[in-house]
Amino acid sequence: MREAFPLLIEACQIALVLFAAPLLAGWVRALKCWTQGRTSPGVLQPYRNLIKLFSKDIVLAHNASWVFRFTPYLLFGSVLMAGAIIPIISVDLPLSATADIIALVALFAIGRFFIALAGMDVGTAFGGMGSSREMMIASLAEPAVLMTTFTVSLFGHTTSLSEMVRFIGQQNFFLSPSMVFAAIAFVLTLLAETGRVPVDNPVTHLELTMIHEGMILEYSGRYLALVEWAGMMKLFIFTSLGVALFVPWGIPQGDDLMDIPLAVLIMAGKLALVAAGIVLAETGLAKMRIFRVPEFLGTAFLIATLGMLSHFILEM
Amino acid sequence: MTFTAQIINVLAACILLTSFGLLVQRRIYGLLRIFAWQGLFLSASTALVAYTAGMNHLYISAALTLTLKVVVLPYILYVLVNRLNIYRDVEPLVNIPATMLIGIVLVIFSYHLTAPIRELSTLVTRTTLAVALSTVLLGFLMMITRKKAVTQIIGFLALENGLFFAATSATYGMPLVIELGVALDILIAAFIFGIFIFQIRTTFDSLDLKEMEKLKEHEGA
Amino acid sequence: MEGSLSSLVLTAIFILIASVAIVPLFHRRQHLIVSIIFPVFSAASLFSLFAGILAVAGGEAETLILPVGLPDLPFHLRLDPLSGFFITVVSLLAFCVSIYSRGYIAGFIGKRSVTHLAIFYPLFLAGMLLVLVSDDAYFFLISWELMAAASYFLVLYEDGVVENRRAAYIYLVVAHIGAVAILLAFGVMAGFAAGFDTFHGYTFDAMRGASLPPAWASTAFVLAFLGFGAKAGIVPLHVWLPEAHPAAPSNVSALMSGAMLKTAIYGIVRFTFDILHTPQLWWGELVLAVGLASAILGVLAALLENDLKRLLAYSSVENIGIILVGLGLGMIFLSFHQPLMAALAITAALYHTLNHAMFKGLLFMGAGAVLHATGVRNMEKMGGLIHKMKWTAPLFLVGCLSISALPPFNGFVSEWLTFQAFLMSPSLPSQHLNLVIPLGAALLALVAALSASCFVKAFGVTFLGHCRSEACATAHDATPSMRAGMMIAATACLLLGVFPTVVIAWMGNLSSQLAGETIARSAGEVGWLWLTPVSAQRASYAAPMVLLGIASVLLVVFLTLRSKKSAIHRVPLWDCGFEKITSTMQYTSTAFSMPPRLIFGYLFHIKERVRPGLPDGRPAEFPAKVNYSVRVRDRAWGWFYRPVADLAFRLAKHTARLQHGRIHIYLAYSFFTILFLLLVAL
Repeated sequence: MREAFPLLIEACQIALVLFAAPLLAGWVRALKCWTQGRTSPGVLQPYRNLIKLFSKDIVLAHNASWVFRFTPYLLFGSVLMAGAIIPIISVDLPLSATADIIALVALFAIGRFFIALAGMDVGTAFGGMGSSREMMIASLAEPAVLMTTFTVSLFGHTTSLSEMVRFIGQQNFFLSPSMVFAAIAFVLTLLAETGRVPVDNPVTHLELTMIHEGMILEYSGRYLALVEWAGMMKLFIFTSLGVALFVPWGIPQGDDLMDIPLAVLIMAGKLALVAAGIVLAETGLAKMRIFRVPEFLGTAFLIATLGMLSHFILEM
Repeated sequence: MTFTAQIINVLAACILLTSFGLLVQRRIYGLLRIFAWQGLFLSASTALVAYTAGMNHLYISAALTLTLKVVVLPYILYVLVNRLNIYRDVEPLVNIPATMLIGIVLVIFSYHLTAPIRELSTLVTRTTLAVALSTVLLGFLMMITRKKAVTQIIGFLALENGLFFAATSATYGMPLVIELGVALDILIAAFIFGIFIFQIRTTFDSLDLKEMEKLKEHEGA
Repeated sequence: MEGSLSSLVLTAIFILIASVAIVPLFHRRQHLIVSIIFPVFSAASLFSLFAGILAVAGGEAETLILPVGLPDLPFHLRLDPLSGFFITVVSLLAFCVSIYSRGYIAGFIGKRSVTHLAIFYPLFLAGMLLVLVSDDAYFFLISWELMAAASYFLVLYEDGVVENRRAAYIYLVVAHIGAVAILLAFGVMAGFAAGFDTFHGYTFDAMRGASLPPAWASTAFVLAFLGFGAKAGIVPLHVWLPEAHPAAPSNVSALMSGAMLKTAIYGIVRFTFDILHTPQLWWGELVLAVGLASAILGVLAALLENDLKRLLAYSSVENIGIILVGLGLGMIFLSFHQPLMAALAITAALYHTLNHAMFKGLLFMGAGAVLHATGVRNMEKMGGLIHKMKWTAPLFLVGCLSISALPPFNGFVSEWLTFQAFLMSPSLPSQHLNLVIPLGAALLALVAALSASCFVKAFGVTFLGHCRSEACATAHDATPSMRAGMMIAATACLLLGVFPTVVIAWMGNLSSQLAGETIARSAGEVGWLWLTPVSAQRASYAAPMVLLGIASVLLVVFLTLRSKKSAIHRVPLWDCGFEKITSTMQYTSTAFSMPPRLIFGYLFHIKERVRPGLPDGRPAEFPAKVNYSVRVRDRAWGWFYRPVADLAFRLAKHTARLQHGRIHIYLAYSFFTILFLLLVAL
């Protein structure tokens, strides 16, 4: 029976990523409503949206090719795969050896590559614009992501996700400037990678401001549902990755099934807090002009680099 | 590493971050705010060093830093900017990403330079020496790459912060008399800068330092 | 069986050279040449492919001395894991491309004679193979020149176009400057190996035994790096590449980019790790810096390019840069006596060499198919080809995915290994390297992401959307043999990406030859499924799991949703009620690369011009037509080549004073020269 525990935990985590992601998205939206003095439709609204979209017919442009129809499935698959790898409710996941943190970034890149192609597939100006901008932002975010990774990997001398989380989780609480810098840089890149406010606006359909929405403008029905769901999972995965890397205390190190409910609760608490932070940032900031984004990501890179430097300068 | 040492390191890192913040910031008011933060981190780290090393005169330096660099100087500069109705954007000579990269190179350079001293020193603060030197160099860089006189003053003051920090981290601070003298100098310097700026302004109708190029003798003519 | 593998390679080379004699006999029967001779080339490539694979797996070095050559210096041959590996790279690609060529070359019949293409093509292949097996400087340079000359004529195949002649000329000049540098490097080595009185110093074996003072070793290294670098296309010696590769027929471009550049990498590896065998720290730093510069400038230039084949050529500069980054790290690690880390870096670099041969070959073949179908190279005139080219499009997409370093394809594995090598750097005992090397890793991450952006553009603009001009209206898919060639390359891309542990285990002998250590054991320590370059605790990647995982999720979701009763309505494109939407309103290639042009534009010489169209009575604020043109030029031309060319012209002008046109004076020149020489000789 005990041999099956890791598999069960893995299954739990996949289910969690699948079904809790809309909840997190709903929580973010509801909080945002409250901070802006609006009435929210409740935290369950994303579920209703998904159910509605899944039951709708699909409207497809004449010249949409197989790339356009294949992309939602692939996006969903690659993001879910990423969700199965990172240690959210346990450090000991059977699948976590599938990819280290660099490969994890590449898993997201697959989805992005295809969604950018899908944006160009139907041949509208919006789609192309979205693709071009998305790829630019992704490219500029990459050095910051790698530098953050590098800094965090300096602690445990590993890039394997579970080993990193295990190592940091086993330490007593310690104050290290490089970790703080890495965490700040991670948050900045998180905002860019998941298309949150200062970089992109997830709720807008205004032509000149949209990036992600521009690419998926032509999607409808279950395709749109899959793309939206993948987007929510991406937000969920990124925030839990941040939590796992920078405040891993509470993620069980063993493979005991009994630890899981508590771990889920602790995780939920942390995520709710992080989401509140994101909402505060989104409410307090205005969306940047597109050509300010390089500076924003440059700052992220700078902070991550300072993290790496201060590890060598201050902590050795 | 003890907990206080960890906090000193974090504060050092914050000082480094603020000196980069000064390089990156585009607004003059933002610049003043970051400068005030830098002073705050500096005074906190001085106080902490005073506590760990048990050197009471450093408390006075810390208090002095707090009043002078967190309250008085930013206020004077704020009034100056307001009075003169200066255009609120910082105008860089070299673009900001490039300045950032040069800044990173300077940090690596100062690390390289101070590495031998680290080996010799036994103080709690020895690791922060590289940060102190980078703060000096970054302040210098800011003075070189910005157009406006006000930004140069801030660069100069940041440079002085770096020197102060270097003194604290290398030898647990200078003797109190010298520190008081330096503090007074800074204050006077700030006033003189203020007067200068008024003068530049009335002479050239602009604070762009490019105008000062006119002061040289014309060749040939 | 002593010497059996090298005789296999020699058989392949013999077949290739013999066909040169046979082809002219069939000059009048062009179809016969195409349908018979190219399959023969594929067969010959298969021979050398097997020999190469076995040579790497065997780990032994076979040497052979041919009874031809200079009196004192017969041709030395050697087949060791290193040459075996590069023979594998070249032959595998040559196999695919030769199959592809059968269909591609057939397209030329009726337009121009394919005879001399069929003559220089096998010579080119034979030249590359000979470079890889030669074991003395003389034979090496002969083979090197054979390769260069044959490829020069191949670039010149469509010689009616002025640009092609210009491209071929630039190529020839750079190739020869490179060859001179290589010759000098060999000269330095030979001088220290056995003195200048004898030829014995010119065998590589003698050079290996030579003990050079560090300064002379560095001189030899720099000369060799310059010489081979010119061929490999390092910045700033890369300008011939985006000229020559597009000019050549696409099958030749595939070979030049995928295989010939690799012989230059072979040269660098052979010279540094084998012949000089103890790299110094600053060599590694130099190679790393040059590699990073090539990678970033190459990918940016590719991103700003609108010509599909030039884009691919620039991306070759980028990939050569990535390979050099790995080699540079290897040298740095070796100079600190860290053989295991060096083995990781070298394995990464060589793995990328193999991968790049596959995916760049595939992409050039795909570009060839597009060119074949539409007759244009400019992407602004393409679009929507995915509907017409049902086979080429997905195959090209595989190439794009591989080159963009996306799992589970091969490009990702080698870039991942390179990153792992970077991540090993903190254990070096040098403080400033600890701080600087991670910045290189960040730059490499930027390069990888920009290359994804570049290939989204390449695929998106070429194959997706609506057709942008008449050219693609009559487009057709590639012929079966072209498809077959591309399909083999695409399969190789996938297999090399999914089974990296097998490949690395195979490459084990190679890294132990070069670095004295191998990662083959640790890479597969947890089984073939998991690639763990150093240890399972440090990093792991399971490509088969990624493939299976994504595929199974995809399948499950697809099947679940398929049973739904919702219908798919095909409708015209939503046009915002504008009703006059045309294909020119799509995002173009120029538009797609506008953000990077704005951000990184200062690295290039960019001329942008906006002109209002002819006045047509409308108010100036609402012109009916606006002309926009943008021209991107490499700064290397202005900074590096223009001064050199100017200097050459100035020197030529001075020398021209010697020219009088009177035969007496010329005779006097000869006379005085002879007198002078006699005087010196005495």
